[in-house]
Amino acid sequence: MDLYGYRRQDGRVGIRNHVVILPVDDLSNAAAEGVARLVPGTLSIPHPYGRLQFGRDLELFFRTLIGTGANPNVAAVVVIGIEPAWTRRVSDGIAETGKPVVSYSIEGHGDLTTIQHAARSAQKLLQDASELRRERISLTDLIVSIKCGESDTTTGLASCPTVAQVVDRVVDAGGTVIFGETSELTGGEHLIAARCATPEVREKFQRAFNAYTAMITAQGVDLLGSQPTQGNIAGGLSTIEEKALGNIEKTGTKPIVDVLEPAQRPVRPGLNFMDSSSAAAEFITLACAAGAVVHLFPTGQGNVVGHPIEPVIKITGNPKTAASMGEHIDLDVSGLLRRDITVREAGDALMDILARTVNGRLTCAESLGHREFAPTRLYPSA
Amino acid sequence: MHKFLVHKEGDHVGVAIQDIHQGEQVEGVYMDTDRRIRVTATDDIPLGHKIALVTLDEGDEVLEYGTRIGVARMPIHVGQHVHVHNIRSARW
Repeated sequence: MDLYGYRRQDGRVGIRNHVVILPVDDLSNAAAEGVARLVPGTLSIPHPYGRLQFGRDLELFFRTLIGTGANPNVAAVVVIGIEPAWTRRVSDGIAETGKPVVSYSIEGHGDLTTIQHAARSAQKLLQDASELRRERISLTDLIVSIKCGESDTTTGLASCPTVAQVVDRVVDAGGTVIFGETSELTGGEHLIAARCATPEVREKFQRAFNAYTAMITAQGVDLLGSQPTQGNIAGGLSTIEEKALGNIEKTGTKPIVDVLEPAQRPVRPGLNFMDSSSAAAEFITLACAAGAVVHLFPTGQGNVVGHPIEPVIKITGNPKTAASMGEHIDLDVSGLLRRDITVREAGDALMDILARTVNGRLTCAESLGHREFAPTRLYPSA
Repeated sequence: MHKFLVHKEGDHVGVAIQDIHQGEQVEGVYMDTDRRIRVTATDDIPLGHKIALVTLDEGDEVLEYGTRIGVARMPIHVGQHVHVHNIRSARW
């Protein structure tokens, strides 16, 4: 199937054409949502952060906000913050892509004046964005992210192997894939280390994995009780190792070409590992901030996650989930359990859904209004 | 029709793809070789849960995907339900 997307000013390619109203901090959510109400068709992305963060946590926060606005699924951005310096930092960061960005700060003006000015800008940006047209693109242009959730044993048997088929095909075509979930590699980390393309990449991976393990140990706790989750256990997963091995199935067979910081933009085509949380909305938010434009999400027991600007495609191999939660499932591959279909045929079906989603078909999560935006925090605010 | 799948030859457990009932003799398929085996279930095993294909002693490694997924907390016999009650993580 031919693919069509939006080629942005910086050369990157998006598959959606959002005009985003981006609050810099929790205090600015009301104004951002006010603008989005006055100009239907724009999209506000409220969140609870952005005040008194510092150090590495603040850097990650800026990288997340700037990366989200810079994502090629976004045509234009209105940035609204309480005070001018951080507001300008976010809008300047997004403006480096060359896309239209305007910014407003609330201090000294109040919500209503800010909303009035921002809404006039948003209206113009929305009208301009509506004239942009999709053009022919290829798999090479795509950055795809992958992460599974509410996993069970059908994830490792069916939905993850299906995603692996697509991952290998996207990588073979010169595209880019991001996976992460540092904690959910536990028990299979040696398999990932063995696939790192160079000793340098392997060392970066090992350093990230060891730092995560040390962070857990430093808390004086273990993850028994949270990994695997109650949902995982209900679905038949008994240990973190078993969960990890199913999880790793979705990464396919290609070498790992780079290890990324959270929300860091990949520079090497191929399969990239991002050091990240395994929580669904947090990972997708980080991958989107790194530039991923579409997400493949295998689920067993039925995770319902979505994201405001990165479409999330759900795949399940669990026939009970496909039957009971059909409105959340874009592709049912439970035929793999019955051996009615081959994994290659399941991969073909997912390639077809991927292409249709790229070309504009709404995913289940998009059509149900799932817009989970969950920036990762490294530690508490001052 | 098979009622469980096994990832790899040499694995100690299979995964039920339908609910399996105690006393039922069920057929499974190895996904890497297409070989079929039959096991009599000695417990109820819900869809997605594991059935023991070999006898294990307490402390033995449990293999799935050809890789260790944990260790046995107690002796496990062929046909038993294998889950958190009789295996545990080797990591935490």
